Amino acid sequence: MSIWTTFHKWGSPRWFYQFSGRLLPYLAGLSLLLLIGGAVWGLALVPADYKQGNSFRIIYIHVPASAVAMGAYMTMAIAGAIHLIWRMKLAAMVMKAIAPIGASLTFLALLTGAVWGKPTWGTWWVWDARITSVLILFFLYLGVMALHQAFDNRDAAAKACAVLVIVGAVNIPIIYWSVEWWYSLHQPASIRFIGESTIHPSMLRPLMATLSGMYLFFAWAMLLFTRAEILDRERNTRWVQDLVCGVQEQGVK
Amino acid sequence: MYFDSLGDFLAMDGHGPYVWFCYGVTAVVLGGLLWEARRRRQSAEQAVRTVVRRKQASTGKE
Repeated sequence: MSIWTTFHKWGSPRWFYQFSGRLLPYLAGLSLLLLIGGAVWGLALVPADYKQGNSFRIIYIHVPASAVAMGAYMTMAIAGAIHLIWRMKLAAMVMKAIAPIGASLTFLALLTGAVWGKPTWGTWWVWDARITSVLILFFLYLGVMALHQAFDNRDAAAKACAVLVIVGAVNIPIIYWSVEWWYSLHQPASIRFIGESTIHPSMLRPLMATLSGMYLFFAWAMLLFTRAEILDRERNTRWVQDLVCGVQEQGVK
Repeated sequence: MYFDSLGDFLAMDGHGPYVWFCYGVTAVVLGGLLWEARRRRQSAEQAVRTVVRRKQASTGKE
């Protein structure tokens, strides 16, 4: 199969709907298993941090929520670019589907960070580079959602959102390196791709579980939102009508 | 199990409220996303049914 056939197929809402339907049960099962298992592991089995005590257990949701909130944004930016360049309708639907999920995860990252900060730093909030740039990420997500609401015309909304999303993507590397570039209360990353991680393996393993669980949850929710959007937008097509109402009930064409 | 008793587990040496609040809110938010996805799907299906009903009504007239 050539790359263009693949691309064309992926761009077809009908094919995407059918293909994603087969993935849903696996994504659902695996993400819940990893999230719940990782949470129990991190809450009950891992020893407390020698410095922070038990408050460090918030890491098992704070880090996954933050990482996936950023990953979701990059996915949304890529979808926006694909929509602008190739005018793929499906990419616009994916972009629209991601915004509320990303906003929710960013909200969790900010809230769990604040609650973790209180017993650890002695404050709920500081205007430092990391926290402020994540707050901007939250507003970017809300902006994309508001922009979708503001247009009556779907194509115009998608185009405006794609531009906003792509321009806003500059915030992602800022978030990532903010703890290195500026003096910050927020600690630098403990998990390193190059060199040795500065987190004990016994604490790292449950984090890997909840982190991968959160990525899978994001994929699952993204598919659910996109599928609802497909049904909504393709309501005038025969396949969606057959799918929702059943083939027999429809009667003559 | 790291803790000696259920009481210790819930208290977490005074950090219990912070930790449990975070896990509770996360469960509510993730559950809320699934709920919202379901709501969107149902409203989309409703929209499809409306289109089909209109189509059937117009073909019935012909």
